[in-house]
Amino acid sequence: MRWIWIDRFVRFESGKSARAVKNLSLAEDYFEQHLPGYPIMPACFILEGLAQTGGILVGEANDFKEKVVLAKITSARFQREALAGETLIYDAEMVTLRPEGASIVGKVYGIPAGSTAQEPTEAPIAEAEIFFAHLDQARSQQLFGDHNFVFSGDLKYLLGLAKVSAQRTDRAK
Amino acid sequence: MPSQAEIFQKVSATLVDALNVEQDEITPSATLQGDLGAESIDFLDIVFRLEREFGIKIPRNELFPESIFQGDPDFVQNGKVTEKGLSELRQKMPFADLSKFEKNPELTAISDLFTVEMIAKYIEGKLKVKN
Repeated sequence: MRWIWIDRFVRFESGKSARAVKNLSLAEDYFEQHLPGYPIMPACFILEGLAQTGGILVGEANDFKEKVVLAKITSARFQREALAGETLIYDAEMVTLRPEGASIVGKVYGIPAGSTAQEPTEAPIAEAEIFFAHLDQARSQQLFGDHNFVFSGDLKYLLGLAKVSAQRTDRAK
Repeated sequence: MPSQAEIFQKVSATLVDALNVEQDEITPSATLQGDLGAESIDFLDIVFRLEREFGIKIPRNELFPESIFQGDPDFVQNGKVTEKGLSELRQKMPFADLSKFEKNPELTAISDLFTVEMIAKYIEGKLKVKN
């Protein structure tokens, strides 16, 4: 299983905000056990999706040169469960961006199965504030070398996919 | 320029948000690590929030110096901060109350200098310069 908890970006404003979506397929492994007969997404995975949305927002702001790591989840509130079949919308907004790190606030909305809505139609199912640190350049180079293990492939690739998709839409117009 | 009470109130609110503690745990003498459970990453978070709350810039290592003595034997001997080390502290952290620490300057007790009151005093100094 690959550690990607968002399917695609639908909006991205460099250094400011990002919106990503995640479709919850019943085929995903964790639904088998969580919970038997009542497939809901574990709250920690909901947060992971938000952290990936926010983390890419933070990483892209410095052209993926920094090693961005999740340092702490300052607060997180959950209003309801996310069920298999729903689409989650992750909204991340940059609050602070500094050389040492960054913080974002995020909201997660659910689009119920069967709905064709593209925008959130109800209150967020979760809200969180997430703090990211830039691993100290000198220290991380000692430990990990020049290679940026955070944005090595899949995560960065997601933004590339969004760009390709946008170009296709433009050409079709 | 906000009053001392207003600054303290805002600093308290900042710490409640950053450290997820109760308002009544925040007293002027409460230490960030010992009493309020702050970890290293929280210090950075607190700095970010204070900057936003008060509209000031807090240069790295100014409010929370990371390693003041860097293992220098002139500053620390046998686990205790020397007179030279204390004078370095006074210079780097003029906003900290060293009166208690000076009586028994164990290096391990240095984190007790980081109190709620210390932050409030630091902010007060920054705002005076700004205005």
